[in-house]
Amino acid sequence: MGFWEITLSLINGLEMTCLIFALTLVLALPLGLVIAFGSMSKFKPLAYVTKVFVWIIRGIPLMLQIFVVFYVPGLVFNATGLSRFTSVIIAFVINYACYFSEIYRGGIESISKGQYEAGAVLGMTKSQVFFKVILLQVVKRILAPMSNEVITLVKDTALARVIMIVEILKAAEFFTSYGLIWPMFYTAVFYLIFVGILTLIFGFFEKKLDYFKA
Amino acid sequence: MALLEVSDITKSFGKTKVLRGIDFSLEKGKALSIIGSSGSGKTTLLRCLNFLETPDTGTISVDGEKIFDASAQKKPSEAEIRKNRLRFGLVFQSFNLFPQYSVLENITLAPKLRVNEKKLPADIKKQELDKINQNALALLERVGLTEKADFYPCQLSGGQQQRVAIARALALSPDILCFDEPTSALDPELTGEVLRVIKDLKSADTTMIVVTHEMDFARNVSDEIMFMADGIIEEMGTPEEIFDNPKSQKTKAFLNKSLESF
Ligand SMILES: Nc1ncnc2c1ncn2[C@@H]1O[C@H](COP(=O)(O)OP(=O)(O)OP(=O)(O)O)[C@@H](O)[C@H]1O
Ligand SMILES: [Mg+2]
Repeated sequence: MGFWEITLSLINGLEMTCLIFALTLVLALPLGLVIAFGSMSKFKPLAYVTKVFVWIIRGIPLMLQIFVVFYVPGLVFNATGLSRFTSVIIAFVINYACYFSEIYRGGIESISKGQYEAGAVLGMTKSQVFFKVILLQVVKRILAPMSNEVITLVKDTALARVIMIVEILKAAEFFTSYGLIWPMFYTAVFYLIFVGILTLIFGFFEKKLDYFKA
Repeated sequence: MALLEVSDITKSFGKTKVLRGIDFSLEKGKALSIIGSSGSGKTTLLRCLNFLETPDTGTISVDGEKIFDASAQKKPSEAEIRKNRLRFGLVFQSFNLFPQYSVLENITLAPKLRVNEKKLPADIKKQELDKINQNALALLERVGLTEKADFYPCQLSGGQQQRVAIARALALSPDILCFDEPTSALDPELTGEVLRVIKDLKSADTTMIVVTHEMDFARNVSDEIMFMADGIIEEMGTPEEIFDNPKSQKTKAFLNKSLESF
């Protein structure tokens, strides 16, 4: 088994890593906003339920949540379980949406009341105020915590291997049965490049929004 | 007939009665200064006029049209409140400019949103938007900030930011422009430029209500002075009446105290 063969096999795993990462991001970013609005709702029961939900999801290891999504439908309801991949995506999306929601909430609540009032007195509707005035200020404020969370997601994708999804780390693990340990360490190079690219992207957006203070 | 008629406005927050029956009227083109000690309800009154607070009782009429009536059976819709709001403009103590927009964009944002909401043919829409830009530039000239049109709020001094805020409020041509202590957040050397802009508006027959602690400004610029104490209008009259011949003990005490502090 040569270097290139192993590299190719790891790249195959990396594709799965990227897929989990991208799907989670695309679905959890908007879902997080919905959850954030739920937890800030003036309708108290909704806010309360949402907060308990976020507490549970953030309070339990993601690995356990993957097991729950994958095994519980079959065990408890005798239903045909979800596929491994779907289970992983559902667990990741819900988990990350909850973390994102708290970041959104912090960002939205940190914007001064004066910004909303200034918009209102100028005759803007609530949604105009939110989308035209508040949103970009929130984006600027949450960029740093979001980049943290997104980078964590890159590495959390490795958890998918607990239900036999072959992402990059699992792909490397196969070679241990041939007595090869180094492919495991080799994966670090891929993770570092991945995170490096993300850091550059976030840096670009931070620079873009540098022109104003909020 | 007076442009603005306010009658029996009361407002409580929980158990605290902040406004306890406010009645007054204001003629078109007049400037009214509201003075009074901290906590007397001046800000709350302005916020009621601008629909940022809903009074518990009372009515507000502009130009003979009742735009607020606490005893009305049905609550006004969001759209009605929006329309009535445009009767008033409000300049905040803390400016509240939108940081991500340039000076010009701050002024044009709200008017442009209104035009974009309407279903207009493309060429007419473009004309309207151009007009908004022209008007904004004219307003910037009026507040002396033409050369700052493309600056962002964080690049301006407090006094300049407040002048932009004034231009922004004027861009919607409100019938009555309200100011809540427009210079209190400013360094003393910057208050002059803002007060001068407000004074110049007066000659252009804008109707204004200014909450202020600047007694000289109140005396020299306003046509009427309202002295508020504990949620009621203790005394109202011309600057001469209030400053030179105050009738109420409370007014006298307040004026003595504000003069001492200089
Ligand atoms: N949203 C609110 N909730 C509870 N109490 C409030 C609220 N807004 C104002 N108050 C109270 O109402 C009273 C009057 O406040 P207001 O801001 O109108 O006074 P003011 O005359 O503008 O004072 P200042 O000169 O300090 O600005 C104060 O006692 C204040 O604590
Ligand atoms: Mg006040």
